[in-house]
Amino acid sequence: MDSEYRDILHRCFRCGWCKLPTNYADFNCPAYLKHRFESFSSGGRMWLIRAWVEGEIVPSERFNEIIFSCVTCGNCVEACAMDKIKDRLVDVFIAARRDLVEEGRIPPRVRDYFKAVSISGNPYKRPVEETDQWARDLDIEEFNGQEYLLYAGSVASFDDLGMRMIRSAAVLFKQAGLSFGILKGEELDDGNDLRASGEQSLADFLASRNIEAFKRKGVDKIITVSPHSFHTMRKDYPALGGTFEVYHYSQVLALLIEKGALVPGELREKVTYHDPCYLGRWNKEYFSSRRVLGGVRGITIREMDRSMQNALCCGGGGGNFFTDMLGTGPDLSSRVRVREALDTGAGTLVVSCPQCYRMLDDAVKAEGVQDRLRVKDLAEVVSASAGDA
Amino acid sequence: MDRIHNRLEEIVGKDYVSCSAEERFIYSRDQGVQEPSEPDYVVLPATPEEVRDIVLLANEAKIPVVPMGGGLVLSGLTIPLKGGIVLDMKRMNRVLEVNENSHYAVVEAGTSQGMLDAYLRKHHPGLKHSLPDAPPVATIAGNIAIHGSGHLSQSEGGFHSEMVTGLEVVLPTGELVKLGSSSTVPGWFSRAPLPDLAGLFLGWNGTTGVITKVGIKLFPRQAHHDVLIFMTEDVDAAPDILFRVIHTGMAEDINYALSPKPDYLRGFQMIVINVTAHREDELALKIRIIRESLRPYFETKEAGFMPMPPNMKAGLLEVPQKALSKFADVRKGGGFEYVGAIMPLERIPDACRAGMEITERNGITYSLGARIIGRGHSAMFFFAYPFNRADLDEIRRVRSALEETNEASIKLGGIPWKAEAAGQKLILNSMEPATYTLMKKIRTLLDPNGIMNPGNWEV
Amino acid sequence: MQRLRFDPDICLKCDTVDCIMRCQYIHLDQDRAKEEHDRLVRGQMSSILHECVTCYACEEYCPHGNHPFYLIVERQEELGVHPVPKPIEKSQVTMMGPRGKIRRKEVHDPVINMCFFDMMRGGIRGRIFEGVSTIGGPDIFCNLMFLHFARNSTIKERLPVVIENIMKFHLEPSGVNELICYHDECYGTYTSWAPAFGIEVPFKPVHLFDFMLRRMLELKDEIRPLGFTVAYQRPCSSRLCPETDSLIDDLFALIGVQRPNRRYEYDRALCCGGVIDAAQRFDLAEENRRKNVEDMRATGAQYAVFNCPFCFWTLAEPVMKAGMVPIMISDLCLMAFGQ
Repeated sequence: MDSEYRDILHRCFRCGWCKLPTNYADFNCPAYLKHRFESFSSGGRMWLIRAWVEGEIVPSERFNEIIFSCVTCGNCVEACAMDKIKDRLVDVFIAARRDLVEEGRIPPRVRDYFKAVSISGNPYKRPVEETDQWARDLDIEEFNGQEYLLYAGSVASFDDLGMRMIRSAAVLFKQAGLSFGILKGEELDDGNDLRASGEQSLADFLASRNIEAFKRKGVDKIITVSPHSFHTMRKDYPALGGTFEVYHYSQVLALLIEKGALVPGELREKVTYHDPCYLGRWNKEYFSSRRVLGGVRGITIREMDRSMQNALCCGGGGGNFFTDMLGTGPDLSSRVRVREALDTGAGTLVVSCPQCYRMLDDAVKAEGVQDRLRVKDLAEVVSASAGDA
Repeated sequence: MDRIHNRLEEIVGKDYVSCSAEERFIYSRDQGVQEPSEPDYVVLPATPEEVRDIVLLANEAKIPVVPMGGGLVLSGLTIPLKGGIVLDMKRMNRVLEVNENSHYAVVEAGTSQGMLDAYLRKHHPGLKHSLPDAPPVATIAGNIAIHGSGHLSQSEGGFHSEMVTGLEVVLPTGELVKLGSSSTVPGWFSRAPLPDLAGLFLGWNGTTGVITKVGIKLFPRQAHHDVLIFMTEDVDAAPDILFRVIHTGMAEDINYALSPKPDYLRGFQMIVINVTAHREDELALKIRIIRESLRPYFETKEAGFMPMPPNMKAGLLEVPQKALSKFADVRKGGGFEYVGAIMPLERIPDACRAGMEITERNGITYSLGARIIGRGHSAMFFFAYPFNRADLDEIRRVRSALEETNEASIKLGGIPWKAEAAGQKLILNSMEPATYTLMKKIRTLLDPNGIMNPGNWEV
Repeated sequence: MQRLRFDPDICLKCDTVDCIMRCQYIHLDQDRAKEEHDRLVRGQMSSILHECVTCYACEEYCPHGNHPFYLIVERQEELGVHPVPKPIEKSQVTMMGPRGKIRRKEVHDPVINMCFFDMMRGGIRGRIFEGVSTIGGPDIFCNLMFLHFARNSTIKERLPVVIENIMKFHLEPSGVNELICYHDECYGTYTSWAPAFGIEVPFKPVHLFDFMLRRMLELKDEIRPLGFTVAYQRPCSSRLCPETDSLIDDLFALIGVQRPNRRYEYDRALCCGGVIDAAQRFDLAEENRRKNVEDMRATGAQYAVFNCPFCFWTLAEPVMKAGMVPIMISDLCLMAFGQ
């Protein structure tokens, strides 16, 4: 392990601030919420990694489960009391995963995830040529010097809810006259969740290939639908030679509405908004989506107890969306989040991340509350207000 | 897989039992300097009935049971000194009832301080409970069981154990009992006028049973807050200054602090006074009365109220204080240990001197301080020693300082609070023999197989 | 050790004793004022030494420029009068002291000296401050605040080192000669206190208002008048450079805000109360806060603007409670650029 991380392991006091949000509403670390053993908290993980580095314990299946169950949501970073180490907590966990990957000690489900991406360029084992399938009946131009490139990412390319999301966004962009194009059959996974899972080489490879394609096409500005893509393209791509202006689609929608290029209609609904970790906590973007919702007449926004920097993760980060390391059960953060959304009295849970969309939609079904709560993406809400959906 | 493990899985479900090396490692130690000791099993019960079944199994197998809340005592009270089962109670974390009129809440034993606070803010914004300055994941039950104290201890009636209105407990022999008014009539409003059986479980370090529910007093939550710091260099002036402020009856929380860091505070006695009020003019009046009480000091210019920039004030108004957790990184090493000695206020100056001598002798640094309990009925004086977890020699020196501090506390006329096993022995050795004999009789009666947290409160 | 350049004859011959008669806190008739004042001049104990709230105003009131306030501070220290309790004084001396951790930093014109208030560096942004260099921190802190603590000795001891640090680590290696003072306490140090004690200042101090005015005139076309009424809280350090007060009028005119006619304005400005709190004169401090805020509100001001961070900290909360927005002068001016 790099000394940058090894040298801070002993500075965790395991005081437990990391388990709660800053308003203490409830346990906010998805892995701890699910398992409830101290070992699954961020503090427990820090102490176990130190014990491993110091040779006090040897990696086991349980150890791997503990290390790979972190969803990299960043709640611990937000809540930790130790100013000198807090920003590096998740980095430590990722570094530990990297070491385990290098040693070949990885859980089978994580291995399968890596394998799928390394073969197909996406975790869905689908040919890269199909990555633009979502757009085939929408008459969207291939990128050819337009102002923006709209990048879908794996989940919006192949998951049916993700596809619904990017389609809604693309239609709105067209309505607003935005100049944008897409890559046709050339997109590779953004690499963010691979990187978070400890598979840095593959993540770097995919990122470099994406950067190469972006540069070849002359891309300057990118719109992502996934906050995971948004994050890695801003944080990791520049070091690999790819510096672009990166926007999340919620930011572009907010801008279009404020410029008057897009005029939402009316929707008499009570909604609550779920902040995605890679947009909110990691990039401090809490307001664009709320501005978009605020632009829809008749909508009532009810905040959940845990919102913005305190949002409870859907559980889909850090590779867990593809590996399902957190498993099932009523204490899964996605199911807890759905119950929290219901508590607000809202009938719609608005998301702005394709992974959150799938996780929370599945959780609504697992909770059996489809009649009381619908999950919708931000763009769908705007479309619905204009009578387009 | 052994038989006990299987039985535990049957009781709580397989996801909530572990005898893996990882859980045994984590639950074998706390954040302080006590030696680790591994449990055989870590179990996370969800109901009092599950707790009962686990205790019955432990009796049958004659293995220890160690109840654990937040696990933050630092003195090893939840380290299973003789192995056995660690019962991590934090799955039992529901707020069961809040009675606004009678000012109490009933919570499950694993409910954390932070979560009760958040629950009250949302559902009963006019009420609050007394928060300790432990991290917010500390539990209500764990804290009352060790006679904890907090930010309402000065103004609202003392130790948190004194704020308990009732308990539900699984006895070491498996019976589930209620103590206080809820044992006789509906409602958890009072321990009086019944024989006060709750005392059998408060301060016993988990050696007499497993608390599963707590009734806890609530108090008005005021809208306006301020904090004052009074500074003096005269260590002997502290008791009188504290006396004067306490006697105004205007302060919510009163703390005393002496620390070598930061440099600009070295050598100064700091009296930190928190004031709350429902109305702004009430707050101003309270502050005025407190200031007036100390006029004889500041008029001589030998002491005075420190002007504070807003960011400093905001930090001091935080409850719980994050700064206390941050103290663990003073030595860049994620650790601190402390003796909290319950003592009379007049012993504070000598306690300060003793603390500084001990730390100098052992080559470590310190933070000394006290929280006033009741209207000056006692103080919880803390001798806190930060250490670098990666520095084994420093850990050894802190352990040595801890032992010396326990002895010094007793000599000063105080009693170490939530002391580690060795500190408990020291206390028992100073205790009148008849009192200790009574303690032993009670334990034998309640716990004939000696399964509850063995190694504690033993000579 | 540096001695105050003060002429006792001027004082002893002074009949008007403006320094005392115009003081807002010491209420003596002309004869008593003269008597107490002369005791002060002669180095004897005087009630003035105890009653002074250290607001610096008499430096502005003296028609002879004979430094009555600096004299008060000298006498307080000589005679052991502590305006602020000793533990607070001692703690502040340590807190604000040099750390000896200054490192060479290349700067370029224009250079703004943030003084101790490095934490306010975030305010140096936007159109007005484009391209500026900043320096700051305890090793270049002017230490003039110790006038409030009867500690001229601390300033005398530290200021020459501070000046040397500024020159050696920042200005000389960069070939810069002008230093813009973020806080007018620094400006007052270099243009008033240092000359009064015979300390040479090898760079040209520039007042923040002066710099802002110059920049804003260059950018005049980009300014969008704000149209607010803005009450200005004049700080005590401004008494050392009263000529800069009129620059506020110029700045306000440029950004299209009205400076209302406050009762406690110009030479009648009233201390924010922060220092009076430190002196444990809580009722007076509260009275000053109340008077200042009520006075601001009476003018119909929407904003209360500050140059001194300490005044801001002291008055921000009551100002907000009174329905006005507290703002630093740099931020107010940036608003006129839509920033």
